[in-house]
Amino acid sequence: MSRFADLLISGNFVVTAEIAPPKGADATAALAVADKLHSVDAINITDNQGACMRMSPLALARLLIDRGFEPILQLTCRDRNRMALQSDILGAAALGVENLLLLTGDHPRFGDHTASRPVFDLDSVQLLQAVTQLQDGIDMAGNRLASIPRLFVGAAASPAADPQDLALKKVQKKIACGAQFFQTQAVFQRSRVELFMETAQTYRVPVILGVLLIKSPRMARFLNAQIPGVRVPDELLERLDNARDPLCEGIEIAREMVSWAREYCQGVHLMTFGREELIPEILG
Amino acid sequence: MIISAAKERTRRAALLQDYRSVFLVGCGACATACKVGGEEEIFATQEWLEELGHDVTGSAILDEACHIMRAAREVRRFRDQIAEADVLLVLACGAGAQSISECSDKPVLTGVDPLFLGNVRRFGQYEEKCSLCGDCILNETGGICPVTTCAKGLLNGPCGGMDDGCCEVDPERECAWVRIAKRLEDLQQGVFSRVVEPKDWSRKFKPGQHSIERTPGSRK
Repeated sequence: MSRFADLLISGNFVVTAEIAPPKGADATAALAVADKLHSVDAINITDNQGACMRMSPLALARLLIDRGFEPILQLTCRDRNRMALQSDILGAAALGVENLLLLTGDHPRFGDHTASRPVFDLDSVQLLQAVTQLQDGIDMAGNRLASIPRLFVGAAASPAADPQDLALKKVQKKIACGAQFFQTQAVFQRSRVELFMETAQTYRVPVILGVLLIKSPRMARFLNAQIPGVRVPDELLERLDNARDPLCEGIEIAREMVSWAREYCQGVHLMTFGREELIPEILG
Repeated sequence: MIISAAKERTRRAALLQDYRSVFLVGCGACATACKVGGEEEIFATQEWLEELGHDVTGSAILDEACHIMRAAREVRRFRDQIAEADVLLVLACGAGAQSISECSDKPVLTGVDPLFLGNVRRFGQYEEKCSLCGDCILNETGGICPVTTCAKGLLNGPCGGMDDGCCEVDPERECAWVRIAKRLEDLQQGVFSRVVEPKDWSRKFKPGQHSIERTPGSRK
C-alpha cells in the first residue's frame, strides 16, 4: 500500500499539492517545483490540465518517484478510450505509481486544442469501476490479467456545485464503484464545506479539501470566468479588492480554508501556482 | 431530419474555380426544409454562379437525394444537361451527395456541411437531441438523451463543471443532468438508481448497415 494510503487510512491529516507537467520534453523545471514540495505527503500530477496539451503525467510521475516523491497520477476520460485508459493504468502500476485520481476532464473547448475530438468513452464513475475490476484481475472485456495492479484510487467532488443533491448522487456512485478518497475542487464558502461533509462523512471515505491560493483580484475574476466548478464569492472579491497587499489577503483566505479542512475533512489539497514557498505559511 | 449549413460563398467559389459549367442538384426533403438545397436556394445559387461567369447547364431537385435508386432514376432524366456540365454541385446532405456520386461519372462537389440529426424548434432553429448511438438509454433518463445533450455524453450524472445548474461548455444551457433529474422527479429512479455501464459502441459499427428482418421485431 502507498505511504499516502497508509496516512489516510490510519486517520492522519494529509497535505497534497499539484504539479502540471511541462509544455515540452524537458521536466527539469517541474522537478524543481517538486523540490519545494518535500513537506507535502503526495503530489498530484495533472493530466493535460484545462484541456491544454502537455507532457504525459505518467512520465512525470515516474520521474518524481525516482526522486523519492509520492505522486497521485491524475487520469481524465477526455483524451483516451477505455483501451488506452486501462493500458495506461497497467503501465502506471508497472512504473511504481500507486495512487490515482480519476476524473471526467475539462471539455476540449477550454483548452489549446479546441479542434480535437472529445473522447469521453467512459465517465469518471465507469473508470473507477474499471480500475476496481482491474484490481480483481479482470479487464473491462472480461479477460483475465496475468498480473494484478495494486492501486489507491481517488475521485473528485465539487462541494460548491449546484444543484448539490445531484452532485452528491454522483459522489455516492463513485463510492459504490470503489473511490477510496476524494479530493475536492476549491471551496470558498464554509457553509458549502459543512453541508457537503454532512453527507460525505456518513460514507467514511476520506475527503481532502481543495485550497486555492488567490494571488490577486484579477486571478479571482479569471477563476470565476474560466475555471469550471470554481466560484469565488463576492465578499472575497471585495476583500481582495480592498486589501493593501492582495497576496497577503489571498494567503489569509487560504489559511481560513485550511482551518475548515482541519475541522471537517481529512486533509488539504493545495493549489499554489508557482508560490510553493508559501505553503508552510498557509498551513501554519 | 438532417440539418446542414451552406458552405460560405468564398469556399464554394474556390471549389468551383477550375470548372466552367455546373449542373445543380438540390433535395426536396431535409435540404429544402433547412433552406440549403430547395428551389429557392438552387435558383439563388444559379444566379450567383452565372454572375461569377459559370455556365449553369441545368438543375434538378430530387425528391429524396438519400434514396440511392430513386436518385439515380431522377438524375438519369437530366442526362443531357449533366453531360454538358464539367461538375455537379450538390446542395444536400453528405448522404444525398453520395447517392449522386454513385450514379454519375462526373465530379461531384457538395456545397453544404452536414451538421446533425436535428429536431425543429421553430423555423430556422434546429436542435440535436439524438446522435444515433445504436444503444438507446432514453427509457431510463426520463426521455432526455445524455449521450447527445450532455456535452461530454456522460451516463452517470453531471460533471464537476456544472455551474448553477448550467453546462460548463455553454453557460446559457441548462445541464442535461439537471433536466433529467427534474423529469425523473426523485434521484432514486431510472438512471440514478444504478451505475450505468459503459456504452456498447460496437452497436455503432461504421459504416452502419441495417436490414429489416422478415419478421418485425425479431432483431436480437
